[in-house]
Amino acid sequence: MRKGLSDPGQVLTKSPRPIFLMTNSVLDDIMFAINNGGGLQLKVNRSIEEINEKIKTGKAVVFTAEEIIEVVKEKGTEEAAATVDVVTTGTFGPMCSSGVFLNVGHPSPRIKLEEVYLNGVPAYSGIAAVDLYLGATALPPEDPANRNYPGDFIYGGGHVIEDLVSGKEIRMEASAYGTDCYPLKKIDTSFRLSEINEATLFNPRNAYQNYNVAVNLGPKTIYTYMGVLKLNMGNANYSSAGQLSPLFNDPLLKTIGIGTRIFLGGGIGYVTWHGTQHNPSAKRADNDTPVSPAATLALIGDLKQMEPRWLRGLSFLGYGATMQVGMGVPIPILNEEIMRYCSVSDEDLKAPVVDYHRGYPYKEGGELALVSYADLKSGSINIKGQKIPTASLSSYAGAREIAATLKEWIETGHFSLTAPSAPLPSLEAGIKLNALPQRDPEQKEVK
Amino acid sequence: MVKQKIVLRFPPHLVEQPTIYHLIKDFDLMVNILRADINPKKEGRLMMELSGEELNYQRAVEWLKEQGLRIMGLEQQIIWRSDRCTHCGACTVICPTEALAFNRPEMTVSFDEYKCVVCELCLKACPARAMETLVENANSR
Repeated sequence: MRKGLSDPGQVLTKSPRPIFLMTNSVLDDIMFAINNGGGLQLKVNRSIEEINEKIKTGKAVVFTAEEIIEVVKEKGTEEAAATVDVVTTGTFGPMCSSGVFLNVGHPSPRIKLEEVYLNGVPAYSGIAAVDLYLGATALPPEDPANRNYPGDFIYGGGHVIEDLVSGKEIRMEASAYGTDCYPLKKIDTSFRLSEINEATLFNPRNAYQNYNVAVNLGPKTIYTYMGVLKLNMGNANYSSAGQLSPLFNDPLLKTIGIGTRIFLGGGIGYVTWHGTQHNPSAKRADNDTPVSPAATLALIGDLKQMEPRWLRGLSFLGYGATMQVGMGVPIPILNEEIMRYCSVSDEDLKAPVVDYHRGYPYKEGGELALVSYADLKSGSINIKGQKIPTASLSSYAGAREIAATLKEWIETGHFSLTAPSAPLPSLEAGIKLNALPQRDPEQKEVK
Repeated sequence: MVKQKIVLRFPPHLVEQPTIYHLIKDFDLMVNILRADINPKKEGRLMMELSGEELNYQRAVEWLKEQGLRIMGLEQQIIWRSDRCTHCGACTVICPTEALAFNRPEMTVSFDEYKCVVCELCLKACPARAMETLVENANSR
């Protein structure tokens, strides 16, 4: 978080209890919570307001999701829940569904931007006149992509965002058809982040709750969004912080909801919605954590208070450009149930091994095996008697640093917690992921 | 005894000379070729480990220079930009010599220049492009 910039996170106010709109689904949520907690005799019962009071006076007890594992082992869930107020999480991995809304301000005469390139990378302009959306995976039209297989994808949307946050000058070339109210038809200029009105990071899907472990069963090296995969299962790449990952520590989304204040890109952000492809219905283990990719979050935050260190442009050989996003969520320890969730360790978290030669791209076959994050992080896994070296795409060192930073912000009273204004869809929503219909457009649909 | 990993850069007119033969025959050196990038009438590169008597090694280096070859230490060829590295670890399963290694429990990446054989696989396997090379033609392959 940059100094001197104010954010609601720094102003500690007594947050009101969440006001739920009594729609059917929210009512269901509450009934679900009551039914679930009904049979349980919870001895610890802490409110967000109580936690915030302690944060204000510098008395909040905070641990990272990594540190808390030992604490719970030593003290037991109940005693740990009685003493600990907040557990902080973090993750720093490639997250393609990320981007930034910009309002670049009007030139004189005014312009209704139509075709726009930022450092050569196209931005979407199908909204108001000088509003834009720049996506992390956007590529310059002249990028040879995979015509030069495997393509380098040396500079894309994620790199422009990193340059923006770094304070670098961004060249903007744009054209427009011109109107009576917006007469300018062409502009070639440059701007810095500080010179434009708004830059709002809005990531439609981040923080995947678990992810595939990618291997290649094929006869030659392949180049994927999961990195370079050597032939015949030469390596296995995974991408989750495991025990530090936000949604692994709140598997059923009992504390994380719409409006949850978080660490985003080195600054402060918020959960706005469930992420795209949100799939809380995924199969779960006994500890309620999913054993395949499941819940996701949509996130928002002011880019102007973020840091380039936690928003990094990436080039995946043969796949494309994207962005590595650093984010972390504080979990309020409301009771011993939440404490138990936060005490999960890599041994208890399992990921599916998936073939990216045929399995993933052609939807052939299922998972090859389930492996624990403890095994993945040890450096090798065993599949069908074969020892396979593992590597991560998500930086665990980065996740650790984010969780530690968030912990420090809370301990020093710079960051207070928010109660969600509405819950995110969880198990009870019964969400099923759809595949795209592939109809023949010539054929009239028969009703 | 001396043991050195070096890179020899051949100007185009020397590519077809039997340089390695002379290193072995005239200077009694042991030659272990790590990687070669030699094309007719183009500048060539040879990454190798030389070992032998100190005096012979010094004389061989002098002789190579007299022939017009450029000699560089192997460890200066690939640069790990630690400021760009995000410590994910993607490179560590691609590096064939464990020059790029993953340290546990720190969960960080480290680079041992001496183990590097300049295969350059890491240059593009690193999503954050934290690996760089000084060799000018590396990116134009």
